[in-house]
Amino acid sequence: MAAAVGAAEGGLKKILILERLPRLGGILNQCIHLGFGLTYFKEEMTGTEYAARYKKMVYERDIEARTSCFVHTITPQKEITFVCADGEYTVSAKHIVMATGCRERTREMLTVPGTRPAGIFTAGLAQEMVNIYGVMPGKEVVVIGSGDIGLIMARRMTLEGATVHAVLEILDHLSGLIRNKVQCLDDFGIPLYLQHEPLEIIGRDRVEAIRYRNNQTGEHKILPCDTVLFSVGLIPEQDLLIDAGIEPGNGIHLVGNADYIHDYVDAVTREAEKLGRLLA
Amino acid sequence: MRKPSEVKVVIIGGGIVGTSLAYELAKYQLEAVLIEKEAELSFGVSKSNSGIVHTGFQDDPSSLKAQLAVRGNQLYREMAKLLDFPFIPTGELVVAFPGEREQIEHIRENGERLGIPRLEIVEGAWIREHEPNLSTEIECALLGPTAAVINPYEVIYAMAENAASNGVTINCSNEVTALERESDCWAVRTSESEYKAHYVINAAGLSADTISQMAGIPAPRIIPWKGEEFILDRHADRLTQSIIFPVPQKETKGILVIPTVDGNTMIGPTAEEIDDKDDITTSEAGKKKVLRSIQRIVPCVREDQIIASFSGLRPAIAENEFYIREERDGFVNIVGIKSPGLTAAPAIAEYVVQMLAKKMKLSPRKGYIATRSAIPRFRHLSSDERNRLIREDPGYGEVVCRCELVTKSEIREAIKRGARTLDGVKFRTRSQMGRCHGAFCTMKIMEIMAEELGVTYDQITKRGRGSELVMESHELKAL
Ligand SMILES: Cc1cc2nc3c(=O)[nH]c(=O)nc-3n(C[C@H](O)[C@H](O)[C@H](O)COP(=O)(O)OP(=O)(O)OC[C@H]3O[C@@H](n4cnc5c(N)ncnc54)[C@H](O)[C@@H]3O)c2cc1C
Ligand SMILES: Cc1cc2nc3c(=O)[nH]c(=O)nc-3n(C[C@H](O)[C@H](O)[C@H](O)COP(=O)(O)OP(=O)(O)OC[C@H]3O[C@@H](n4cnc5c(N)ncnc54)[C@H](O)[C@@H]3O)c2cc1C
Repeated sequence: MAAAVGAAEGGLKKILILERLPRLGGILNQCIHLGFGLTYFKEEMTGTEYAARYKKMVYERDIEARTSCFVHTITPQKEITFVCADGEYTVSAKHIVMATGCRERTREMLTVPGTRPAGIFTAGLAQEMVNIYGVMPGKEVVVIGSGDIGLIMARRMTLEGATVHAVLEILDHLSGLIRNKVQCLDDFGIPLYLQHEPLEIIGRDRVEAIRYRNNQTGEHKILPCDTVLFSVGLIPEQDLLIDAGIEPGNGIHLVGNADYIHDYVDAVTREAEKLGRLLA
Repeated sequence: MRKPSEVKVVIIGGGIVGTSLAYELAKYQLEAVLIEKEAELSFGVSKSNSGIVHTGFQDDPSSLKAQLAVRGNQLYREMAKLLDFPFIPTGELVVAFPGEREQIEHIRENGERLGIPRLEIVEGAWIREHEPNLSTEIECALLGPTAAVINPYEVIYAMAENAASNGVTINCSNEVTALERESDCWAVRTSESEYKAHYVINAAGLSADTISQMAGIPAPRIIPWKGEEFILDRHADRLTQSIIFPVPQKETKGILVIPTVDGNTMIGPTAEEIDDKDDITTSEAGKKKVLRSIQRIVPCVREDQIIASFSGLRPAIAENEFYIREERDGFVNIVGIKSPGLTAAPAIAEYVVQMLAKKMKLSPRKGYIATRSAIPRFRHLSSDERNRLIREDPGYGEVVCRCELVTKSEIREAIKRGARTLDGVKFRTRSQMGRCHGAFCTMKIMEIMAEELGVTYDQITKRGRGSELVMESHELKAL
């Protein structure tokens, strides 16, 4: 949205946003916590408010935004093919801005040994479950990885009545923001165990426990739980380029989390607006 | 309890063997029921294997196993056309390092005795040209062009849909708990109901020994042999064109490189005797072992290319042979169906039906439907075909699973055809199997399931009771 607004401000006329979900806003829509907009809008708001503010800016300008449109192919000739409920279409553009965000690393990518029961979620999926669908992924929770989404979800699950037993981090330092550790863990008495490595998921149908090791002492422990949330890093979503064997450049641009992972939406917004103006 | 249903044949177990039997029996005018304890078919070992339709040459040519595998390989070719499932004739190479040539020559002789066509020993230059990723230390290889890959669960669902369309009853979430011989039939009691059957076919995989005991019939004890498999990211491309085998080990076919139907490469399996029939864990040691063996054959494989892993248990018995026999009073045991059980299954079914044909008159089913068509795979269609589908049903224009390009209507169709769990939807559509492992689509699929099945989110499971995904719903249903 910010790239489109920037381009419109710069005077560009024909701008099309293609979004696969039914509404604009991306990941912001499920971020109902505070902490967005401090530097860009100079006020603190939730992610959903931030998205709403920006949607308004899009609709006020000469920008065509189509939702529920999934882009599945782009070509070096800058043709974009997408599908929606009225069919499959190919459009061509002078510039393509890939603002496709990121995806989460999963348990499978870490290849944590053990069984594959229900109750293992990425933190972002758990966030969608709780904040968008109003369902609880579990009651007795262990979070693996101290990324921001994991910290935020530790607090969110606690507020919804679950017990978060621990956040396990394999490194010797926090990977998310200090602010989130203080506000999401410390304020709720949730322990953060650094240099702790998950060794095995236990449970046949539903998660029953997790076995982990304190890498400083070598001590093993089994912690009973019914839910394991993984917050172990984000990967820029560049598959459309990789599949087509295209490098960015020549009118194809990456921005936001699709380019590299950002801590703050404010930075994403600024970079995207700048790119938009540049293209105009 | 309801009044027992009377049927001709009860098949116990909805894996590849039991479902092949349902498909085969559906060709005849008789009443058959397939009973499966899990929430859906294919949730036993038949979903967790290498998916190879073997040539048959790895086993002793005088064994029943080898003969049924060779016949099974032929039958799959026909079935794939009739039942519209992918059957990819990749062929296989058994690779020989220096000093191993004699072993592959021996395997070729075995294969020729079994009548396996077009076996050939290829030399280094051929290998470099056709399989450039293989180690340059490999001296020569046995080429078996008849080997192929399938998705075992797709085959099972295809056969089951065909059997059901011909009147075979399929009952999942139904565990056989007791078997009793009555004057002229077997009473088969299950967790949900009771059947009276003239014939009982025991195709219960890992539990086949327990089922036989229930009937009071001694059978060989099942010894689970665990195999762990690892799947590589599709960006890792097809590492090899054909399935690659080392020369066979004592108990198994060794650790393989498998180009799967879906375009990923799979590496595995390990082979380890275990005690626990429920132990389907994967391990760090297993991963290391598989990587070590594979890197000897395909040096460019890297650990960070692994995107998924699973393990399966081979229902082995002490003797290295299938145990298939009519025991007494129409009770048929199919026990010890380890590899190449997937390959042999259609032939096992044919063999058992021929056995039954000696006892009862089998007449062809009237109005038999020979075919079945697959759920349209949006991903594999041309643009014109896509647009035609979307015009008929706009749900084909709604992409639910972005990694595998699966649409809402494909998910709906999977549910219409029997999917009741997230895994069932996954195996029928490939949704949740891609890079994000369901992080993006799980809730969207659950939403469709809730809608289609008229259930709440907390009733939806990953693979049956006990594997619920959400603990409690605060959904505002009546909004
Ligand atoms: C839990 C969490 C907490 C956060 N907390 C804060 C915070 O407190 N303060 C702060 O400033 N920032 C925070 N952030 C970071 C910030 O929100 C993100 O960095 C920013 O919103 C990313 O924006 P984006 O546009 O790059 O990606 P996204 O918001 O992910 O947008 C990408 C969009 O592209 C769409 N898309 C992807 N592929 C396709 C395709 N093929 N076809 C069509 N559409 C497609 C997606 O559906 C999505 O809508 C947080 C992020 C998370 C996840
Ligand atoms: C790692 C691995 C790789 C393999 N690779 C290959 C290969 O590439 N090619 C090949 O040909 N073979 C392969 N095999 C072997 C093949 O998978 C098996 O031989 C085959 O799947 C056995 O099928 P089945 O129907 O007998 O067993 P199953 O699929 O286990 O079916 C038995 C069913 O019976 C049900 N059941 C049990 N008890 C009851 C009860 N009381 N009431 C009702 N139902 C019950 C179970 O739930 C189960 O679904 C492999 C095996 C493993 C483990």
